[in-house]
Amino acid sequence: MSYIIDRRLNGKHKSSVNRQRFLRRYQKHIKKAVEEAVNERSIKDLNRGEKITIPQQDIHEPSFGHGQGGTGSIVHPGNKEFNTGDRIPKPPSGGGQGSGSGDASDQGEGEDDFVFQISQEEFLDYVFEDLELPNLLQKELKEIKEFSLKHAGIVSDGTPSKLNIVRSMRNAQARRIVMSRSSKRLLLEIEEQIEEIEKKDAALKDESLLKELLLQAEQLRQKIDKTPFLDSYDLRYNHHVKEPKPSSQAVMFCIMDVSGSMTQETKNIAKRFYILLYLFLRRNYEKIEVVFIRHHTSAKEVSEEEFFYSRETGGTIVSSALKLMDKIIQDRYPSNAWNIYAAQASDGDNWDDDSDTCRKILEESIIDQVQYFTYIEITPRNHQSLWYAYEQVQNTHPSYFSMRHITDLTDIYPVFRDLFQRRLHESSQN
Amino acid sequence: MSQAKTKRNFLSTGSDWTFDLIETYDKEIGKIAAEFGLDTYPNQIEVISSEQMMDAYASVGMPLGYHHWSYGKQFLDVEQNYKRGRMGLAYEIVINSSPCIAYLMEENNMMMQALVIAHACYGHNSFFKGNYLFKTWTDATAIIDYLVFAKKYVQKCEEKYGIEDVELTLDSCHALMNFGVDRYKRPVPLSAEEEKARVSEREHQLQQQVNDLWRTIPKSDKPGDGEDIRESFPSEPQENLLYFLEKHAPLLKPWQRELVRIVRKMAQYFYPQRQTQVMNEGWASFWHYTLVNSLYDKGLVEDGFILEFLQSHTNVVYQPSFDSQFYSGINPYALGFAMYTDIKRICENPTQEDREWFPDYVDKPWLEVLDFAMRNFKDESFILQFLSPKLMRDFRFFGLENDVLDPFVEVKEIHNDEGYRLLRDRLAQQYNLSYREPNIQVQKVNILGDRSLVLKHTMNGDRPLNEDTVEVLKHFRRLWGFDVRLESWGKDGLVKSYTCTDDSE
Repeated sequence: MSYIIDRRLNGKHKSSVNRQRFLRRYQKHIKKAVEEAVNERSIKDLNRGEKITIPQQDIHEPSFGHGQGGTGSIVHPGNKEFNTGDRIPKPPSGGGQGSGSGDASDQGEGEDDFVFQISQEEFLDYVFEDLELPNLLQKELKEIKEFSLKHAGIVSDGTPSKLNIVRSMRNAQARRIVMSRSSKRLLLEIEEQIEEIEKKDAALKDESLLKELLLQAEQLRQKIDKTPFLDSYDLRYNHHVKEPKPSSQAVMFCIMDVSGSMTQETKNIAKRFYILLYLFLRRNYEKIEVVFIRHHTSAKEVSEEEFFYSRETGGTIVSSALKLMDKIIQDRYPSNAWNIYAAQASDGDNWDDDSDTCRKILEESIIDQVQYFTYIEITPRNHQSLWYAYEQVQNTHPSYFSMRHITDLTDIYPVFRDLFQRRLHESSQN
Repeated sequence: MSQAKTKRNFLSTGSDWTFDLIETYDKEIGKIAAEFGLDTYPNQIEVISSEQMMDAYASVGMPLGYHHWSYGKQFLDVEQNYKRGRMGLAYEIVINSSPCIAYLMEENNMMMQALVIAHACYGHNSFFKGNYLFKTWTDATAIIDYLVFAKKYVQKCEEKYGIEDVELTLDSCHALMNFGVDRYKRPVPLSAEEEKARVSEREHQLQQQVNDLWRTIPKSDKPGDGEDIRESFPSEPQENLLYFLEKHAPLLKPWQRELVRIVRKMAQYFYPQRQTQVMNEGWASFWHYTLVNSLYDKGLVEDGFILEFLQSHTNVVYQPSFDSQFYSGINPYALGFAMYTDIKRICENPTQEDREWFPDYVDKPWLEVLDFAMRNFKDESFILQFLSPKLMRDFRFFGLENDVLDPFVEVKEIHNDEGYRLLRDRLAQQYNLSYREPNIQVQKVNILGDRSLVLKHTMNGDRPLNEDTVEVLKHFRRLWGFDVRLESWGKDGLVKSYTCTDDSE
């Protein structure tokens, strides 16, 4: 007696809970690997999974067993030239197969590290774990432009492309049953009568009745056959309605100083920071636009390529970029419709009397419109006037403005985490 | 002409399988198996994908199990190796339950499916049903229910007491898992219903009266003090460490005792499996070989089918020599298959040598002898009883003895007249679990003093314990709740003692 079952359609991720347990247990290792990966990887492939390596001894499940030493005994197959009493020198490395316990034949416990892959999703989870976007707000759109189609039940009218086959066939079957039921019952009765008559002796047969019954049966059969298999009454269509979609769009302003003092290395550091921010935003918003503004003495909105790679020289006026940003916000990204994030990177150079202007622009117009404004200063040198001007902004608007100092590549991830660390007092505020 | 013959006889011609074909093959193989008198549980053949096979691997073939990180580790390991092409998946997994569940992988062709059906559904299945170890130690009808019970219970504990605590307890139990079996006492059959009743009973019972203050009592310098127990406890050394902990660990909470019990029951369930590798795999291989060849003899499968089958079969029962790069010990499939085949030969075509060595079996009906051999032995005794000089010559076995202090390894015996019996003893010993695993028992508990516990390791061949010992002791201590000492005793007295005192939790 055998039962054959097709299980292929059953879930194949039966072990996913155990896998999660495992990841949870080795969080420390994974976090470390992720941190290293973020700092070491080239920028473009930050957005994929990661290989995690855990030393074997950390993952080993201990159990009592025999160790090296003592008298071991073992039987091997494939003897060629050995005879009783032969003494074979041991390999110099010591613990070969022959040494120790009888279970040397078991699969050797490799000293290899335990290596496994985490998916891109999991990787980013670890990258952004415990981070949060400050001041996250659901922006209402007055003028709704985006709709989503939502399932809204079943209707009897519609286009063929929306035909709901299961429902239609179910209706058809119900109708067929209803329409043919009485005829079928009648047919069954008549057939029984015919059978009864046919069982009788030829002499006793009521030929006319039989004929009559046969005719009736034939008519009933025709009637049943005529019941249409599928009728237009049966058809059902999926119904969809348009629903306005609440806004969940964000714009990210990348502002960078491209004056002569900014080296390519500094720009690379800035770029990594921007990438991290972009990935982070993308996890929170469906739609993200990025605006690149670069500046030296004057600011300009540019493409990504130009932003990172074109070379410029000259002095630095930071306020020009802030003015441009303010203008772009007014023109294209009204703050009631967009979540606005800004990240500014610079080496700290600025015209001395411009820094105060920057502070004013920030405090007077920009800071009220953005969700969060971050400023990173990438320089090994001492701070200049811009840093001190921004410090004032940070003091007056601590939850909307943050600034950090980066000196080299390895600072990026810690600083990023620091900037977006989940803050308890704020989450209660929101 | 040949086409007409094809249509009449062959069960299938292509390499693709369908559910109908599986059913047909199963029916035919089942018929032949019945002719040979194989007694089996009903079969439940499940077709699964390779991902599901990896899931099955991770849970040691069990269709369901409680959640634990170590299964996740196993899964990741298998997945990683499989994806890199470092290892292929086994063709089948079968578990000892009634109905006997066997997994077939969808990637395999019809020939492989037939092989697996013969191997698992009739070979392993009849072994599970017939072998005395499985009969006395496991209850095939109850295991699935018990697994459901265990899974739900662990889940409930996690909800009540937190994943962390449950995991810690399970970790400790797993470390002692191999020491959670009764080797001699027969276990009570499993029953999920009874288990549930017993659980609630235990919940309601009051915790043993224990005062943790004992731990704070300063240790006495005088060796006799406190250890001078008139009535020693336990009265006899206890080999089943997990059972001892479940019953006597003073500080365990009722749910923790229950977890210890679950792990213990699982260990007990797998205990026969560990003792019958050669016999079980050999039996299944012998029968897949015999059954599929009968299919061919009856003209039910074509030449191509049988050639492909023979190739797979040969790969399964291949035994590389000790100096081959593929050598990883004696292949249980190879040894087992060769032994059953050899027993059949001894019954049918005995040589003079066989008449001297196996006077009881020569010229007996081979089916009877084979059945007797399958039912009443475990690997160790099976080899002692049935390994013939001819096989030792065929395998070219040789026995080594190795002393760590000696720079040479000595060849003790080879496959010759003087060596046969010694060689056979040595090989049998290799399959003796009590030789493979250290002998560790609960020796005594200081019940009047600080409740410290002494484990005694009786050394076998002066072999010391491995490097895990201290770690495992920590686990033992976590469950016991008080200080634990492990003493290794050699021929000449105490060799080494490990102590675990600090509460590392």
